Amino acid sequence: MTPAPDPPATAGVDLHPGGRPVMEARGISKHFPGVVANDHVDLALYAGEVHALLGENGAGKSTLASILAGLYQADAGELRLAGEPVVLRSPREALARGVGMVHQHFRLVRRFTVAENVALGDRSQPLVMSTPDVQRAVVALGERYGLPVRPEAVVGDLTVGEQQRVEIVKTLYRGVDVLLLDEPTSVLTPQETEALFGTVRAMAAEGKAVVFISHKLAEVVAIADRVTVMRDGRVVGSQPVASTSVRELARLMVGRAIDLDVVRPPQRPGEVVLTLDHVTVDHDTRRGSLTDVSLEVAAGEIVGIAGVSGNGQRPLAEVAAGLLAPDHGRVVVGGRDVTGRGPRAARAAGLAYIPEDRLGTGLAPSLTIAENLQLTRPHGPVLDRRRWTADATRLMQEFDIRAPGPATTTSSLSGGNIQKVLLARELDAGPSTIVAAAPTRGLDVGAIDTVRRLLAERRLQGCGILLISEDLDEVVTLADRILVLFEGRLVHTCDAEGADITELGLAMAGAGR
Amino acid sequence: MNDSVLAFTLAAAVAAGTPLALAALGELITERSGILNLGVEGMMLLGAVTTFLVASATGSTALAMLAGAAAGAALALAHAALSISLRANQIVSGLALVIFGTGLSTYLGRPVEGVPLPPGARITRTSVPLLQDLPFLGRVLFQQDLVVYATWVLTALTALYLFRTRPGLALRSVGESPATADAMGLRVNTIRYVHTVIGGVLCGVAGAYLILARVPAWSQAATTNGIGFIAIALVVFASWRPWRALLGAYIFGLALRANFALQAAGVTAIPAEFLAMAPYLLTILVLIALSASDLRHRAGAPEALGLAYAREER
Repeated sequence: MTPAPDPPATAGVDLHPGGRPVMEARGISKHFPGVVANDHVDLALYAGEVHALLGENGAGKSTLASILAGLYQADAGELRLAGEPVVLRSPREALARGVGMVHQHFRLVRRFTVAENVALGDRSQPLVMSTPDVQRAVVALGERYGLPVRPEAVVGDLTVGEQQRVEIVKTLYRGVDVLLLDEPTSVLTPQETEALFGTVRAMAAEGKAVVFISHKLAEVVAIADRVTVMRDGRVVGSQPVASTSVRELARLMVGRAIDLDVVRPPQRPGEVVLTLDHVTVDHDTRRGSLTDVSLEVAAGEIVGIAGVSGNGQRPLAEVAAGLLAPDHGRVVVGGRDVTGRGPRAARAAGLAYIPEDRLGTGLAPSLTIAENLQLTRPHGPVLDRRRWTADATRLMQEFDIRAPGPATTTSSLSGGNIQKVLLARELDAGPSTIVAAAPTRGLDVGAIDTVRRLLAERRLQGCGILLISEDLDEVVTLADRILVLFEGRLVHTCDAEGADITELGLAMAGAGR
Repeated sequence: MNDSVLAFTLAAAVAAGTPLALAALGELITERSGILNLGVEGMMLLGAVTTFLVASATGSTALAMLAGAAAGAALALAHAALSISLRANQIVSGLALVIFGTGLSTYLGRPVEGVPLPPGARITRTSVPLLQDLPFLGRVLFQQDLVVYATWVLTALTALYLFRTRPGLALRSVGESPATADAMGLRVNTIRYVHTVIGGVLCGVAGAYLILARVPAWSQAATTNGIGFIAIALVVFASWRPWRALLGAYIFGLALRANFALQAAGVTAIPAEFLAMAPYLLTILVLIALSASDLRHRAGAPEALGLAYAREER
């Protein structure tokens, strides 16, 4: 890493006086229909530096990275590489000039082997390819940067963490000087994140400029040398990490001071409202499987299900909500056995369901807010639209849903408001049991805060809540008890009070078995 | 059935399966790039009528075949422009190609309906020295015409290209995950254009072969007879693998010939219409059995088949 003598404490002062950035963005603007994704953004990247790009969802970080990587074209502004103005018309041109990106949604061909994925697009390969050469290169890169991957493995068979390593190896193989990592830790266990940090440091130590895009403050402080904060498509601050704090970064990112903790007053749980009794769901390629899952949720407690995405969260949520009939085992809601009797029976027994797929399973995208709010209510043969509007108006106020009116089409709302519509419908029914799957995924910090508070509030009112979330911090903050789901089994149980993050992380990675 | 009748039937099956094999190979290459071209029948028909007209005018087999290939390529290019550049629905565009190709060849072929091909332009048998003397196999495989042999070479080259070469890897990646291919610096749309047109060339050649080797005079109804659609099904059931497509084409050819043989032998227990259906049914059944074994190996359609790609779409 480049030594930074006495980093000055003021924002905006160069870390590398006299040094020339390897890559620079000047006055970049990018519009999408209805959105200004980037608004006169400046960014300077130096060799040997880990540069964090921090911001909420929708702040414009990924758009900026995509412009740097040649994937999007800026509407205005200029890119410079080693001081020279350049136009990067495609990822091909960016890669040729040493700029590579690891996308949040991996760009991998699932049916190809690791070696095939790495060799893809490499024009130095002879016409008839030499697979052993590529395999050796993959292994060598893996050893150099701490990225163990088996070159002959088929990518579709790998875990998400392994796939990410393939992504990074693939980009390094092309010999990049600037590496953009878009939300690289969102799919990793704490241990995998630690390993990734090792790789990032190794890359920076070799003189590469690494851009680390994240909305997680703690990670940014842990890994970056310098941080640029974005909000609403603009850069609102850029400074050495050493001269700032988590609290200040949070303020910059959100634009106001926020309380990062949700209060969880202790309370004695009541009677059991949701029981899964030895539930097994046979494998289904679309959903995954569950093996012998037993759990109980009592009134007034939140049971958190932690785990890396794709380990059975979806069948678990769907079985609990009555959408999926288990192959074996029983589901009991509010004392009534609802196994295999469908979502209607589960709802009648007092269950509310917040699916991870908000706009598919949760709400009908093309219906209005008022219509969506009425979907689960009983109706007579003639619909009382006047009452709907009144209901919707009340709930929009109560749940702080920001929209022009009850007749607004749901799909036109922002993610946070969509989730609030869903919560309003489900919580207003006065459920005794709530199943919430990934309730804050993809939301901005403000909406996350609202959703978490609503759940905490319902807990205090005596609801039993099953919270299924890939965000370990969320589970630890909200839940009373934590269960870890790995490959469709519950592999670990503990109280949230004094939970050991390391132990949870190991369980999430399957090491606890 | 004695030995010589069997050899004769099998040899005839190989010849009958060849146009189907060519069309299926073309469609396979196109689909591997993620473009679904349902217009095979149209490309074959237009290829056939163009070949017939050029052969009638010039008497040259080679020129006629080239013209047929060009006609197939031209229609495929239209499909490419619609489905890749304009991102139209590929199914609709492909079906439009069938209707257009059929209509145009009816129009072009009307003045020459029933007119025989000039004898000099016909593709004739070219036996392979030495190999033709092999017992049995020689008569089945090596007393055929040049296009039959070329089909084998083409199948081998296609398999090699797809699975062993750099452009083949690029082609498959574009069909599986165009976003990945794009991020790795490949020209997704260029690759798709090229392979859609190559597919059109092969379908055009398939039509040309029908006219030059199989049908004695121009007759639209007797030319393709729906095998353009069988070719599409063949690609699916062959799990997008060249050798299997060739095998499937020959099975179809065999069923077709067996049908003639049975009718000629005066078998009347089964209505002729059912016998005429048999080749289609049998080909599909055999290939279903083959592809069922693939489910375990996760082989299947290119994941991006039928989907247009645009980089900045979000």
